[in-house]
Amino acid sequence: MTVSIMSYRELLNGSTDYPEDDWLALSGIQHYAFCKRQWALIHIEQLWQENERTTAGQIEHQRVDDYGNSETRGDLLILRSLRVFSRKVGITGICDVVEFHKDDDGVALHGREGKWKPYPVEYKHGHAKTKDEDRLQLCAEAMCLEEMLACDIAEGALFYRETKRREVVELDDALRDQVVNLTCQMHEMYQRGYTPKARRTKSCNACSLRNLCLPELGRKQSAKAYIQQCISDDAAGGK
Amino acid sequence: MRQLLNTLFVLSEDAYLSLKDDNVVVQNKDERLASIPLRSIEQILCFSYKGASPALMGKCAEFGVAVSFFSPRGRYYCSILGEKNRNVLLRRQQFRIADDEKRSLPIAKSFIAGKVFNCRWVLERTKRDHAMRVNVERLAGQSAALHSALGQIGGCSRIDELRGLEGNAAKDYFFAFDDLILRNKDDFFFEVRSRRPPLDRLNALLSFVYTLLTSDCTAALQGVGLDPYVGFMHVDRPGRVSLALDLMEELRPVVADRFVLSMVNTGAIKPADFEERENGGIFLNDKGRKVVLTAWQKRKMEELTHPFLNEKMTWGLVPYVQALLLVRTLRGDLDAYPPLMWK
Repeated sequence: MTVSIMSYRELLNGSTDYPEDDWLALSGIQHYAFCKRQWALIHIEQLWQENERTTAGQIEHQRVDDYGNSETRGDLLILRSLRVFSRKVGITGICDVVEFHKDDDGVALHGREGKWKPYPVEYKHGHAKTKDEDRLQLCAEAMCLEEMLACDIAEGALFYRETKRREVVELDDALRDQVVNLTCQMHEMYQRGYTPKARRTKSCNACSLRNLCLPELGRKQSAKAYIQQCISDDAAGGK
Repeated sequence: MRQLLNTLFVLSEDAYLSLKDDNVVVQNKDERLASIPLRSIEQILCFSYKGASPALMGKCAEFGVAVSFFSPRGRYYCSILGEKNRNVLLRRQQFRIADDEKRSLPIAKSFIAGKVFNCRWVLERTKRDHAMRVNVERLAGQSAALHSALGQIGGCSRIDELRGLEGNAAKDYFFAFDDLILRNKDDFFFEVRSRRPPLDRLNALLSFVYTLLTSDCTAALQGVGLDPYVGFMHVDRPGRVSLALDLMEELRPVVADRFVLSMVNTGAIKPADFEERENGGIFLNDKGRKVVLTAWQKRKMEELTHPFLNEKMTWGLVPYVQALLLVRTLRGDLDAYPPLMWK
């Protein structure tokens, strides 16, 4: 695969923007980080299957999924279901919650008095992961907000419903490099309409697409051999 | 493997289906007959004149519940095509392959290899299980003919050639079909396949069950994002679900024919379940259809171990799994399409 791997700083300084038509779903970064094939099945092949995890996630999301439920509490402004995008990265998506803290170092917001510092919070089912997929999604949201609001965001948080804990995530250059790296690969794969081959791993057990992906195919004998085998067994058995 | 959920059959002519809080509500005039959560249903087959509300159809499309409408006599009208068919890349790939005989041929060969293999094993099973009752020699002869046809499939270089081979194999198979009927031979017999209209009870049964299987295959193909109208072996014809018919080939003997034979041989279906029309056509009557549909539904819940995937699943899931394997073949995950070869 020939993908130009760029660092986050190179991307920022570059002059190329993705046209809107080529923007990918921000939430896909999480899928891609989890399994490239899962991402391709969902975003290229447009497959989706609910399992108990995705359904639980949806039901939980119904509460935060409401821009109308945004609120102001003194020096804190909470916006829910905020649509964000980045032309540089070529992604768009919805932030569960973006908190804006009143702060002289912040940015001016249209229709609001004072200056505000944005702080994205992504709500997740379950508990903190050892892998970075949730952190990457949060980081991508922050990168969108930075581009839209022309500001810098140093950290954000992941809120895990099962443990009811916030994990503060520092949005450093290493994490941003990863976002840029993955999204470059995703754009390349999307252009080609390519779905990677199945590879059976431990994560397959937790995957909602398992029955559409058929990961066992990766380890199967060839279908040609199967047909041939049936036909030759047939000659031996049926007389 | 995925769980197969229930099928809702609506057999009352006046029933009307509507949506209430993610439930399908079945109504007959002012009486509410049932209310069932859509999440517990795989598909709805509606044999009623009144049909269903647009709101219900929309929700079914969203949930991926397949809905098909039939006349009360079982003539197919239409199905709901939901959001699941958004994969334009897959369909374009399907069309490209369908347009290119070189690339369609191996897939068509798989369908036919599956069919001939399964036909042969329907004969072999009867020969083995009822050796005392049947004309073993005739069965063995027809089975040998099918075996030789199976060996010739690989050598076909044109789809037409393959179709010819398939036609001959079907003749060989149906030639022995009457031998497979073991009970009520005066009422149930088979001479030749007749369809428009079916001229005897066995043909009436076969036709009805093939309709059910077509509907299952169509729904399965739609469910995985393929276009059921564009086939690799059956040529395009307006209104014909060619790919569903392709996919059905391998399933006819093993799913439909075996089912029909067991209904007759166990005495589950009786002459009183049929009616004759003025044109000599014979059809299942209301009661007969109910008997068949109930048994069909039960059969779908029975389990098998898929010979290629080596996974346990219900028979009802087989069309869906084969459709999925077909998708994986078109996408290049598999080096050939593996038909269900069942013995």
